[in-house]
Amino acid sequence: MALNKRRFDALIIGAGGAGLNAAVQFANTNARVAVVSKVFPTRSHTVAAQGGVNAALANVMPDNWHWHMFDTVKGSDYLGDQDSIEYMCREAIPTVYELEHNGVPFSRLDNGKIYQRAFGGQSQNFGGAQAARTCAAADRTGHAILHSLYQQNVRARTHFFDEYFAIDLIRDNEGAILGALVLEIETGEPLLIEAKATVLATGGCGQVFRTTSNAHINTGDGMAMALRAGVPLMDMEFYQFHPTGIAGKGMLITEGVRGEGGYLINKDGERFMERYAPNAKDLASRDVVSRAIVTEVKEGRGCGPNGDHVLLKLDHLGEEIIQKRLPGIRESGKIFAGVDAAVEPLPVFPTAHYIMGGIPTDRYGRVIVPHGSGEEVVPGLYAAGEAACVSVHGANRLGGNSLLDILVFGRAAGLHVLDNMEEHHRPMNEDSVDQAMQSLQRWDRKGDGLSVRELRDEFRKTMEDHAGVFRTEEIMSEGVEKIKALRKKMDDVVLTDHSKVFNTARIEALELQNLMDCGIALAASALARKESRGAHSRPDYPDRNDAEWMKHSLYYLEGDRIDFKPVQTKPLTVDSFPPKERVY
Amino acid sequence: MKFRISRYNPDVDSEPYMQEFDIEVSRGMMLRDALLEVKRQDETFNFRHSCGEGVCGSDGVNVNGTNKLACITAIADLKEPVEVRPFPGRPIIRDLVVDMSQFYQQYKAVDPWLVREDPMPEQEILQSPEDRDKLDGLYECIMCGCCSTSCPSFWWNPEKFHGPQALLSAWRFLADSRDQATDERLDKLEGPYKLFRCHTIMNCVEVCPKGLNPTQAIGNIKNLMLKKAI
Repeated sequence: MALNKRRFDALIIGAGGAGLNAAVQFANTNARVAVVSKVFPTRSHTVAAQGGVNAALANVMPDNWHWHMFDTVKGSDYLGDQDSIEYMCREAIPTVYELEHNGVPFSRLDNGKIYQRAFGGQSQNFGGAQAARTCAAADRTGHAILHSLYQQNVRARTHFFDEYFAIDLIRDNEGAILGALVLEIETGEPLLIEAKATVLATGGCGQVFRTTSNAHINTGDGMAMALRAGVPLMDMEFYQFHPTGIAGKGMLITEGVRGEGGYLINKDGERFMERYAPNAKDLASRDVVSRAIVTEVKEGRGCGPNGDHVLLKLDHLGEEIIQKRLPGIRESGKIFAGVDAAVEPLPVFPTAHYIMGGIPTDRYGRVIVPHGSGEEVVPGLYAAGEAACVSVHGANRLGGNSLLDILVFGRAAGLHVLDNMEEHHRPMNEDSVDQAMQSLQRWDRKGDGLSVRELRDEFRKTMEDHAGVFRTEEIMSEGVEKIKALRKKMDDVVLTDHSKVFNTARIEALELQNLMDCGIALAASALARKESRGAHSRPDYPDRNDAEWMKHSLYYLEGDRIDFKPVQTKPLTVDSFPPKERVY
Repeated sequence: MKFRISRYNPDVDSEPYMQEFDIEVSRGMMLRDALLEVKRQDETFNFRHSCGEGVCGSDGVNVNGTNKLACITAIADLKEPVEVRPFPGRPIIRDLVVDMSQFYQQYKAVDPWLVREDPMPEQEILQSPEDRDKLDGLYECIMCGCCSTSCPSFWWNPEKFHGPQALLSAWRFLADSRDQATDERLDKLEGPYKLFRCHTIMNCVEVCPKGLNPTQAIGNIKNLMLKKAI
């Protein structure tokens, strides 16, 4: 049967904040854009972001994009690229105003301006007093933003392919990207979408870990597609564990709780963050707070019968503030921990949350790869959001910078695609199409074998045990070998469901392949980096080593090869922030 | 614990049937966890789900006769045997997966976006906290579809009656002090079906997993129309 084909000027894969903010740039233009999403757009994981989006609006106290930039560079443990960071922090201000104009129901101050709350790692005047930079819609900011962006795309009549799963990128012999093979989940029919430009906006890969704040859909599809197209992934060893997941479950409790005045206590009722971060206390950077919680528990000061968590106290804020500013987490606490946060403290423990690394891009969203002694653009390929690594987060992301990243760089990618549209489509490469079709048809195989479920469970546990928080040479090298062995076992996996109609078993098999590719990138990069920086913490190399390791790592699927490239320390217009010891 | 789950695969089944599963339940287990357990036992079983915390709106199902979000429905609160069916009144695609396209079309039909005629200011459009409070209970909708698919008026006229979800969205923009399309929005809701098919049966209010009140929103739209007519 002939393969169905569609042609668009641009193809955006993923309909979270990055994909939708890229797509909405095409409103009122003649360019034709398709958005492919494996779920209905408002189900994308941007919807779960709680606390807010950073922008130096100075609505509550003095602020400045330059201070925001300093905090982000410091937060990144000096691994972030300072040109991209400057761009993001400057763009933050018009970006938030644009969101507001697009209908986002931000909470308000008495003077009618957007409400801003304090978040971790924020300071005034380059490391001075706490700043309040996070623009919030109660504790449902991601939901409010995602729905508004979807609404603007409905208004713009964006062409959506809802519940289509992207299988692989199509490329020609020169390495240019020509579009993607996708699968209509409802019918099980493949579809080839040709595009002059393809934007990967598929989000993170948090499902590589067993305990995670990430949704079922966060399986690193775009990152894995890039890997299979020969693109390396950058800085994959930097995985953020959010300090406050609901203990034992992993659902997120926003940093906004601490921003509003909540704090952490151990079994002695001690406000222990005062010991780890005398100035910022509970609003130190996430890597710092997560490590402090793990240390408290390891040293026997954890709470509960098993001493395996700490408590997040916020009842002193009063029911009125909690109901007004934090209604969503009050609801989550009741449902998942059986605790009313307005009365009792919440049991919390760090949970896998966010990948700082991803597909390497420049600040226009163009995917860039090493070439000779420099770099070159992959023609026709863009990436934005958590899937990408434009390197604004470096080794550790600040709370409130994730929504900002997806919006600023989603928009930048959309605009760059529009302004640089080729006149014609490049000729289709049938070999590449056949290859993509084979990775789909592989799941038609029948007979005995392993199940997706068995292998996935084993893989996620291995990732947690060997590439999670505790990272020594021994644990990690064993982990990399184990994960490689599991990857081999993928060949033995056979599905029992061969129906075409809405076959989620087949989707989960394709997702597991993607998770494995991302997982091995993460573990191999972590093993390679022999220092501690930001979220990457090694007891055997406890210090940051700028002389040898102030560089980005690159993982290639072919041969599981690791390479490196320099950090961009030169900003666009201001002076560079040289690395300093990082204290909060 | 006994679960009876509605199964249907158009490739082999002429109509849906109920299949029984024995699921070992643990403390704090949610219905979504139980459905994932079913999928572990039988990978041919299909349902939509994603965030697991009640914000993405993917996993609405009919449980013991009531529409609920599986991920925030505690097993402990359910009567055994737990009967799980797809949303009523929607075409079944497979197992618990239904075709929601009409539901989405009705949402799109109310122009669910902020309309502003004035030139945009350089900064934010100002809004007082009191005006912003008017959006509470409206903007939180997750479009899970529990309400509209439990509404008899929507069952009968899904192509003509907007249904509670879309009407809640219509009111969300009418209630927004920044919006400048009140007259157009109200005009678009005229006629015997789009809005006025609501017979205040209030199933929507009863089932909304986010505790929202579409019936009240519909009442507010009617009042505003009346005010405008006078």
